[in-house]
Amino acid sequence: MSEATRQLVENLNALAAGLFLLTAFGIVAMRQARACLHLFIAQSLLLAASAALLGLRFDSGHLYGVALVNLISKPIIVPWLLRKVAPAGLYTRREIDQVLNIPTTLTIALALAIGAYFLGVPLAKAVGPEYLGPNVPIGIAGMLLGALTLTVRREALPLLLGLLAMENGAFLAGISIAHDLSMLVELAIATDGLIIVFIVGVLVRAVELHVGSTSVGDLAHLREGPPDERAAP
Amino acid sequence: MSVIWILFPPLIAAALAGIRFRRSLAPTVTVASSLIVLALAASMAWRIAAGGSVTDGLDPGWLNWVAVDGLSALILFLIAFVGTTAAIFSVGYMTHYKLTPGKLRLYHVNFNLFVFSMLAIPLLAEPTLVWIVVELTTLCSALLVSFENTREALEAAWKYVVLSLMGAGFALFGFLVLFAAMHAAGGGTYTWAGLIAVAPRMPPLLMQTAFLLILIGLGTKVGLVPMHTWLPDAHSQAPSPVCALLSGIETASILYVILRLFPVMQAVPGAHAETWALILGLISVGTAAFLLLQVSDYKRLFAFSTVEHMGIILAAVGLGASASDYGAMQQIVSHAVTKSFCFFAAGATLLAMGTREIAAVRGLIRRAPLAGAALIFGGLAITGAPPFAVFLSEFAILKAGLVQRHYLASGLLAVFIVIAFFGVMVHLNRMVFGAPDAPAAREAERFRLPFSCALALILAAVPVLVLGVYVPPPLHQLLKLAAAALAR
Repeated sequence: MSEATRQLVENLNALAAGLFLLTAFGIVAMRQARACLHLFIAQSLLLAASAALLGLRFDSGHLYGVALVNLISKPIIVPWLLRKVAPAGLYTRREIDQVLNIPTTLTIALALAIGAYFLGVPLAKAVGPEYLGPNVPIGIAGMLLGALTLTVRREALPLLLGLLAMENGAFLAGISIAHDLSMLVELAIATDGLIIVFIVGVLVRAVELHVGSTSVGDLAHLREGPPDERAAP
Repeated sequence: MSVIWILFPPLIAAALAGIRFRRSLAPTVTVASSLIVLALAASMAWRIAAGGSVTDGLDPGWLNWVAVDGLSALILFLIAFVGTTAAIFSVGYMTHYKLTPGKLRLYHVNFNLFVFSMLAIPLLAEPTLVWIVVELTTLCSALLVSFENTREALEAAWKYVVLSLMGAGFALFGFLVLFAAMHAAGGGTYTWAGLIAVAPRMPPLLMQTAFLLILIGLGTKVGLVPMHTWLPDAHSQAPSPVCALLSGIETASILYVILRLFPVMQAVPGAHAETWALILGLISVGTAAFLLLQVSDYKRLFAFSTVEHMGIILAAVGLGASASDYGAMQQIVSHAVTKSFCFFAAGATLLAMGTREIAAVRGLIRRAPLAGAALIFGGLAITGAPPFAVFLSEFAILKAGLVQRHYLASGLLAVFIVIAFFGVMVHLNRMVFGAPDAPAAREAERFRLPFSCALALILAAVPVLVLGVYVPPPLHQLLKLAAAALAR
């Protein structure tokens, strides 16, 4: 690979990682459930792109495999599975009452992303002198923003996507620092993501059937204290 | 004999239990499979305790994925034991739900898959694969927690899934960092043993990051404070046999994964893994002891006691001596056998009274003598009263702590254990011996426990009693091997 092509590949990878971070912000803040799903699909495509570019950079067939697995499982099978198992009304939900308002959430998200930078850079340095790109700090940011999504959203679909986005973040960092992880493990992790979608989908359907809403954040009855206080909805 | 075989009975049973046939098929195959697993696990543990190996016959390629040492064999045997008693208890317990045949099949399919995923944890040696089976334990048990489909059960299952998977997300990154650390140290086979071999050359920063990520991430699923908030919900809303599995052994088998990192961390200068364990353990024990006092649901009572016990085990490992490691291993055993017994007793009480409220249960000993006696027996045993198993293991830990001159930590542990004792016994005493309020309740006829439930209670009570006075030599050998696996 010539120096110029390598430069180009590295820049493209940085671009993919940057856009990845942007989608992570979007998943935290978008009110519309369907928009969150689209952002998640975009994020998975960017993860696949980053894996493919790093595969080119390191000449690693293994990373192409990761890209392929991500390309098939998340943008295609996840939405299909959700259509199969989750209640149909899931996508049309629009979330009005997040736990925090959107500007506050985004400010916290920004602080987390900056924190992730200070965590990620020394970590990447410790791994070794080889090229890692911005993957480690942005991957950590993706994980933290996924966790933030889990704490501020109440609607089922954004919560599920927050879980998957955390995994995407771990992967974006992982492909740069652990790029010769065995293929068996990669496949197992991808399958695991699909099982998560299946089980959570079944659970959401049960919640809708028995509680009458997919706003799972409102489920907050179980706590200590005398029974009559807890019973109040 | 190949060690992999132990994974097949639950898988086959899960497939068979799903078949639309006679109503009794699903419970029968579950019990049969758990008995086979128990026999296999016992023979494996026996061989390891005698100083042998169970992976001799395996192709060397397999050894990158599968490994069984004393610690794995111990956990494996406990999973098999609790799995067996829970399967027997399920037979009678599930009839009381008056389920449709389809729902009953679903229960047994999920039950077997859950046991399968737990059995895979100690067997696998590749850390990322272990992470995946840890995820599977969450996913296979989620629908068991939500089984009753009430508002509360669904809430508990939802919290359980979201918090466990969120923790697992951090743990995944931790395992990837661990892999990178190994790569930076020049590579090797990514297994628990391989990690220990290259540990001295790994960059300390990466090791510490990985350890903390895994401790926090998997600690969520173990129920360590402050990540414990989902645990009392999930461990109280699931059907009682599932609670026994979740509380008795699932928490301990996830803790096992964290414990696997300790020998690796000991090679890293200034890692302070033991200090982290001691602090987090003490916080868990202390918080749980005080939360125990204010519960109003007796299944939550036992769930909080699980948080307390996980804290004790982690703190014991944090004391960092071979004697306290031995105590921690003993505590894992006594917790597993006693806590599963407690949840069977709680299940029997629930069958007799139909409520989980502590305040609504009075005079249980007259209404359902066996359930009442079991509840008081379980309560005494789990809080560490002599002459039961937990007393012996907690005593071993406190003694090791004093010998190590960890006076403050041992003192705090002792105080918290005493508080938890009173917290549990105050509630249980009223439930079992308190006078019923309503005169009608006094007249109520005696409740007869289903035979299989009584059988499971008796089977589960045997080790609780025996291990309190006597540790059989093979078990002692196994505990010693398991404790040795925690040190470099």
